[in-house]
Amino acid sequence: MSAEGGTAGYIKHHLTNLAVCSDSAKVDGVCTGFWTFHLDTLLVSGILGLVVFGLMAMLASRATAGVPKGGQNFVEMVVGVIDQQVRDTFHGKSALVTPLAITIFVWVFVMNAMDLVPVDFLPFATQAVTGNEHLPFKFVPTTDPNLTFAMSISVFFIMLWMNFKVKGVGGFLHEVFSAPFGMKLAPINFIFRVVEDIAKPISLALRLFGNMYAGEMVFILIALLGLYQLPLALPWELFHILIITLQAFVFMMLTIVYMSMAAESH
Amino acid sequence: MNINATLIGQAIWFALFIWITMKYVWPPLQKAMADRQAQIAEGLAAAERGKNEQEIAAKRSAETLREAKGKAAELVAQAEKRAQQIIEEAKGAAKVEADKVVAGAKAEIDQEVERAKQQLRERVAELAVAGAEKILRKEINASVHGDMLGALKQEL
Repeated sequence: MSAEGGTAGYIKHHLTNLAVCSDSAKVDGVCTGFWTFHLDTLLVSGILGLVVFGLMAMLASRATAGVPKGGQNFVEMVVGVIDQQVRDTFHGKSALVTPLAITIFVWVFVMNAMDLVPVDFLPFATQAVTGNEHLPFKFVPTTDPNLTFAMSISVFFIMLWMNFKVKGVGGFLHEVFSAPFGMKLAPINFIFRVVEDIAKPISLALRLFGNMYAGEMVFILIALLGLYQLPLALPWELFHILIITLQAFVFMMLTIVYMSMAAESH
Repeated sequence: MNINATLIGQAIWFALFIWITMKYVWPPLQKAMADRQAQIAEGLAAAERGKNEQEIAAKRSAETLREAKGKAAELVAQAEKRAQQIIEEAKGAAKVEADKVVAGAKAEIDQEVERAKQQLRERVAELAVAGAEKILRKEINASVHGDMLGALKQEL
């Protein structure tokens, strides 16, 4: 427990992003409006991504066809499992889908894994470094809907691009208006299709956000229990290992499924 | 839950990481994995080939062995036959030689006997004369012969 304001203040402090915006956009010292940046989300996700993808790129550049050892073996194992999933689900030919799936799984996994660091460690550290006791700093980027929506909307646009690339503009439009009921019911088909496609990025983003936000919330509540947190934090932490992996896998898997749906004609 | 410009920043991060993975992570790993797969497949094929070759070689060696055994048996049989033949020949030659020696010995013995007989014959006359002389000398007794001679005189 750090911040004053009791339990509610502690929880609120832990769930507030470090927001920056121009002074004119502030209302009572709080950033509102669209042109606000969550510095903590951007920094943590960016640094984690740079470190983990930099590491993978370094290991990949030294990869040999001989017996893989250490880091190369680990990266190959992870990448191999993801590639197998892509092969099983996505039957088209695309140089993008496997790297996309690898990026999603690895990035979401490391960001989710920040949840396993005890809730007060890193906020204390940033407060000590900046000297600002009230500085909010959320360390789990996936608990910020901006990140999950950024990813799911990107996936949505890649999906649209895949549709156009594989079926052509005419083919895609024909599918939008004719499936599943045929050309006679074109407006209904179109509405169905819009709902179906809009639901995809929303469900992707909210699923990941909801799971991680709830998990983080439980960690914060456990941290409020004083000494009793000791027997509770460990089981939740162990359980959370499952959740962070599962959520990363689900996001990746659904992306692959959406890509394969985009690449196959009805 | 407030959606704001962070969205754009996160989308840029996401695009950057997809690009890194697409350009620097996946292709080299894929290449390494594919190369390894090819190497393994090649190795397995080579092992299969080696196994086949080994089987063929084993078959060939067994055949050669069988041939060699056959030849060896033939040679042994031939040698035995030849040995038998040589023994037979030697036996025949030895018999002939033995007969010759026996015949020679017999002839010599006959000759020896003949010579002995000859010698005996020559000696018999001498011995008879010597015997007769001895007998005569012993038989000539003056008194007996005187009586005989006296009787002879009487008769005369």
